[in-house]
Amino acid sequence: MNAVNAVLDRIGLIFLATFEQTGLWFRMLGRTVTWMFRRPFEGREWLKQMVRVGTDSIPVVVLTSMFTGMVLALQTYIGFRRVHAENFVGSVVALAMLRELSPVLVGLMVTGRVGSSMAAEIGTMRVTEQIDALKALATDPVQYLFVPRVIAGIAMLPLLTILGDALGIYGGYVVAVKLMDANPVIYQTNSYQFLSMNDLWSGVIKSAFFGLILTLTGCVRGYYTSGGAEGVGRATTAAVVEASLIILLADFFLTKLLF
Amino acid sequence: MTTRPAGRTLEVAVPTPVISVQHVDKSLGGKPVLRDLTIDVERGESLVIVGGSGQGKSVTLKHIIGLMRPDRGRIIIAGQDICAMTAEELNRYRRHFGMAFQEGALFDSMSVFENIAFPLRRHTKMTEPEIRARVEECLEQVHLPNVEGKRPSELSGGMRRRVGFARAISLKPEILLFDEPTTGLDPVISDVIAELIVEMDQTLNTTTVSITHDMKVAFKIADRVAMLHKGHIVEEGTPEEFQRSQNPIVQQFIEGRADGPLTE
Repeated sequence: MNAVNAVLDRIGLIFLATFEQTGLWFRMLGRTVTWMFRRPFEGREWLKQMVRVGTDSIPVVVLTSMFTGMVLALQTYIGFRRVHAENFVGSVVALAMLRELSPVLVGLMVTGRVGSSMAAEIGTMRVTEQIDALKALATDPVQYLFVPRVIAGIAMLPLLTILGDALGIYGGYVVAVKLMDANPVIYQTNSYQFLSMNDLWSGVIKSAFFGLILTLTGCVRGYYTSGGAEGVGRATTAAVVEASLIILLADFFLTKLLF
Repeated sequence: MTTRPAGRTLEVAVPTPVISVQHVDKSLGGKPVLRDLTIDVERGESLVIVGGSGQGKSVTLKHIIGLMRPDRGRIIIAGQDICAMTAEELNRYRRHFGMAFQEGALFDSMSVFENIAFPLRRHTKMTEPEIRARVEECLEQVHLPNVEGKRPSELSGGMRRRVGFARAISLKPEILLFDEPTTGLDPVISDVIAELIVEMDQTLNTTTVSITHDMKVAFKIADRVAMLHKGHIVEEGTPEEFQRSQNPIVQQFIEGRADGPLTE
């Protein structure tokens, strides 16, 4: 009986902790959104974070999207050839990249690259009293640290996703036409023929949400760091794991609800 | 030194004390840290709170600047209860404070210049040349010229503290708080820092609250010394009175003995 109680206790505690963390996340989201529209606006900091989230992530996005497009073309070509549907490889690659793969992969890659470093940076600021120093200098840390990062995430992820879309489609084209000897004209025509603007927008809008999720999770995890260097390490890991999970969950619900 | 801009001084309804901590209790992680802590600081005075590690010194300082809120009790700054203030009101009030943190707490993503200019850019309408002049003035005040371009990681421990002081005084605060200003520094640099605090206190005409466990530093910079033990003040007085205290806790602490009531 005691063992059952212990298990139930544990489950209860996990639920409580999850609800607490979720509440905290939404509370910080509320504070961040409130501060987005209040002076002073940190223009320089906004730009700095946009470079960090956007420009500096380009190499990672180029490699990921291009190779994903390439392998997708390779796999679908092999499968579709069995049912003599090779002509539709272009359509599948374009549709999959635009609607799903590019936003999700960009979201996950940027989480690994930027979300983790935000958690580590803000966590280190917490354990070295720099956050207290910010407050002592009459500056709200949410306004100074959260807002520029979250804005950069919301603004830059859609742009990275569009870049990923283009490169993924191009990667698929290269593999299909150069390696698998597909007809370039038919491949191109089929790539665009079955696409609508809605496919592009669905990916772009989802990626803006992913940008919000990964930056805010990184900031919140860093902000509530405790316990020195070990705590910073824990915060960094938690930021990546949580943001990745939330992105994957949100991806399903956003796709189901909005598109 | 230029004088403080008009309209920026703390409006004091009751002239003294400028800081009044009244019956404050605070627990952290279920463990009581401050218990019925009561202490006043008069305008222009330099109060040093001494005490062993984990006795609540830093927590006291963080309460005074509103970084922590008490579980019970009040903190009155210039006649206003800061515990009842909204975050925004508190932020306005904090502009009258300068706080120097234990290790400097400099923003390591910025240069020394940007660190000191940070509060000026945010809270004043100064032009860039005015900011530059003010930063230079602050660095001269802490006897550390020509380091504006350096990063905090390139500075020694003593230099980081001094840059922290320079940042704390950049807005010409009326109240200066020093959190363990000499911890981890060698005795000579500790003395240099202590002398600097005395000099700043005199030239800037501020009310100063410092916390330390270094008695030599405490006696040098204090007008009044208070000893914090188990979350409340057990003794206070001028440095001379403090040294003559018959309280065994104070005597053990001053002499740095291993045996006595502090270690029982």
